[in-house]
Amino acid sequence: MSPDLHIQVGPLHLKNPVLTASGTFGYGREFAQLMDPNRLGGVIVKGISLKPRPGNPPPRIVETPCGMLNAIGLANVGLDAFVSEKLPWLQTLHTAVIVNIYGHTLEEYAQVAAGLKGVQEIAALEINVSCPNVARGGMSFGTDPNLSARVTEAVLKQTDKPVIVKLSPNVTDIRVIAKAVEAAGAHALSLINTLTGMVIDIETRRPVLGNETGGLSGPAIRPVALYMVHQVVQSVRIPVIGVGGIITPEDALQFLMAGARAVEVGTGNFVDPRTTLNIINGLTRFCRQKGIPTIREIIGTAQQNW
Amino acid sequence: MIEQHAEVTFNDRVAADTYLMGLKSPDIAARAHPGQFVMIRVGAQADPLLRRPFSICGVRKDGGLLILYRVVGRGTRIMAGAGPGTGFDVLGPLGNGFDFPAQPGESLLVAGGMGIAPLSFLAQRTGQEVQILTGYACADQQIPFECLGLSHCAVLVATEDGTIGHHGRVTDLLQESGNHIPHGYAQVYACGPIPMLMAVADLTLRQGIACQVSLESTMACGLGACQGCAVPAAPGSDRRYYHVCQDGPVFEVGTLDWEQLQPHVP
Ligand SMILES: Cc1cc2nc3c(=O)[nH]c(=O)nc-3n(C[C@H](O)[C@H](O)[C@H](O)COP(=O)(O)OP(=O)(O)OC[C@H]3O[C@@H](n4cnc5c(N)ncnc54)[C@H](O)[C@@H]3O)c2cc1C
Ligand SMILES: Cc1cc2nc3c(=O)[nH]c(=O)nc-3n(C[C@H](O)[C@H](O)[C@H](O)COP(=O)(O)O)c2cc1C
Ligand code: FES
Repeated sequence: MSPDLHIQVGPLHLKNPVLTASGTFGYGREFAQLMDPNRLGGVIVKGISLKPRPGNPPPRIVETPCGMLNAIGLANVGLDAFVSEKLPWLQTLHTAVIVNIYGHTLEEYAQVAAGLKGVQEIAALEINVSCPNVARGGMSFGTDPNLSARVTEAVLKQTDKPVIVKLSPNVTDIRVIAKAVEAAGAHALSLINTLTGMVIDIETRRPVLGNETGGLSGPAIRPVALYMVHQVVQSVRIPVIGVGGIITPEDALQFLMAGARAVEVGTGNFVDPRTTLNIINGLTRFCRQKGIPTIREIIGTAQQNW
Repeated sequence: MIEQHAEVTFNDRVAADTYLMGLKSPDIAARAHPGQFVMIRVGAQADPLLRRPFSICGVRKDGGLLILYRVVGRGTRIMAGAGPGTGFDVLGPLGNGFDFPAQPGESLLVAGGMGIAPLSFLAQRTGQEVQILTGYACADQQIPFECLGLSHCAVLVATEDGTIGHHGRVTDLLQESGNHIPHGYAQVYACGPIPMLMAVADLTLRQGIACQVSLESTMACGLGACQGCAVPAAPGSDRRYYHVCQDGPVFEVGTLDWEQLQPHVP
């Protein structure tokens, strides 16, 4: 018998624990010729804001050892175009569609959530709190426990869907933010978003990226992400989704063993559009080899108090 | 669009640091249109991580896909070391190609360095005896026309150090006609470094001659998903940026903001 990969992430029911990370899978359709998105546990789409955003000046991408920096600048089509142009196709999928949202003010977060209310095929919202807060001189919402909690509350008030809060690793102690967001009522957490970094061109003596800094992703950040997941799982009761440098089934297994109930694959989609499907196949294979009837038996087994 | 493992059938050095690689990829070859590109995964390891974009330089009847590349860094160095029988994961064909010329004999192709790759595929496909201007830094970078299947074309060469052909830039070849595109050409196709493309854009825009350019940009996905390959759209467009992988890599000159275009790809 095939091992059972079904998993419950708070109120969210997934057919398997493998999701695509926001910003790396477009609006889903871009990959549909190359792999069947319906095999995924879920699709998390590019971060949506109230108004369309053109994004940062190029160059926006630079490769780094075992990773990449991106400074896309949260470019997206905006709420209205998302609903009219992107959502209809997503609604035909037979998997969980999760919409990642962000804003530059508390009100913007709330308005995007309100605009997606009632759409039955949206399984959950994921809040990106790593966005610069206009009211606080551009400091990220996600670096302040109080602000993170207020964003969470603002969104919860405007939505009928489970809310996942996606945490930034660019903080002193991620557990403090995690607890604040849990107390505010979040249904789940996902972590980590990208780590801020930089590359300088020694010929021009200027940062390579048009935005000067960018977010580091890919296998280079995996040990950091895994450690943070391991820490956060110990400090909150709500479920945690692991993100960061996951490319192989073995990578995903480490996060599940650390206590993540699901994983998101980001940069891995660029390396191979079928990375997520290879991971799903690998999870099945692992369970079968070890005689494990359900993937749920693996979760958290690397925690000391297990 | 297809992703498949393609066997290297040959990988020949054709000029200094320059190789022509044949990949057995009948499905991609069958769908390829000049100007389109592929993303090649150079290794199975996590480093170097991202796929590398390359123009399709031609296809062979046996399903071979031709890639002409210059060794500039880690990825292309790995490619240069691949012998027949080894292989790479290839994703393509990607992006939008060139529109074919309406009238034979009316098109002028301008190639700087590796810019000859997509343009030679275009020249082969049109089957027309097109005029090609090529520019290289020096003679030993010049790619023999025979190996690109361009024997039916009229080719002029310029080298920056004057070691072969005209001493100067490829765009200087236009200066013989008084620094404008000579009469009789209704369509220009160009691919090469940004400064060269800027010069060509300037001429064609001023003279009102249709011109399509193929651009480069760093890329992560090649699929229009990551928004990493942005180039500035002309002022007055309905968008601020186009994405090279999806809206290009071939653009009409008038659609781009040449003032903002970055001359330097890291
Ligand atoms: C649409 C398109 C078509 C291209 N066609 C050709 C071709 O036919 N022949 C050819 O020789 N080259 C072509 N290039 C450039 C080619 O992609 C780069 O030379 C190659 O990626 C360099 O990889 P590397 O690992 O050797 O260099 P490194 O400098 O080690 O690469 C580091 C990173 O920068 C990226 N990068 C470096 N230079 C470029 C560049 N010029 N453009 C885009 N990304 C770059 C790499 O992909 C990689 O992610 C094309 C680029 C694009 C966007
Ligand atoms: C090109 C790119 C765009 C991204 N855009 C978003 C985004 O819009 N919203 C968000 O919450 N995270 C975004 N991320 C972060 C990823 O979702 C993920 O958290 C991060 O890349 C780490 O995972 P990885 O190492 O598997 O890529 C983006 C990442 C990349 C590489
Ligand atoms: S490379 Fe990802 S959108 Fe163009």
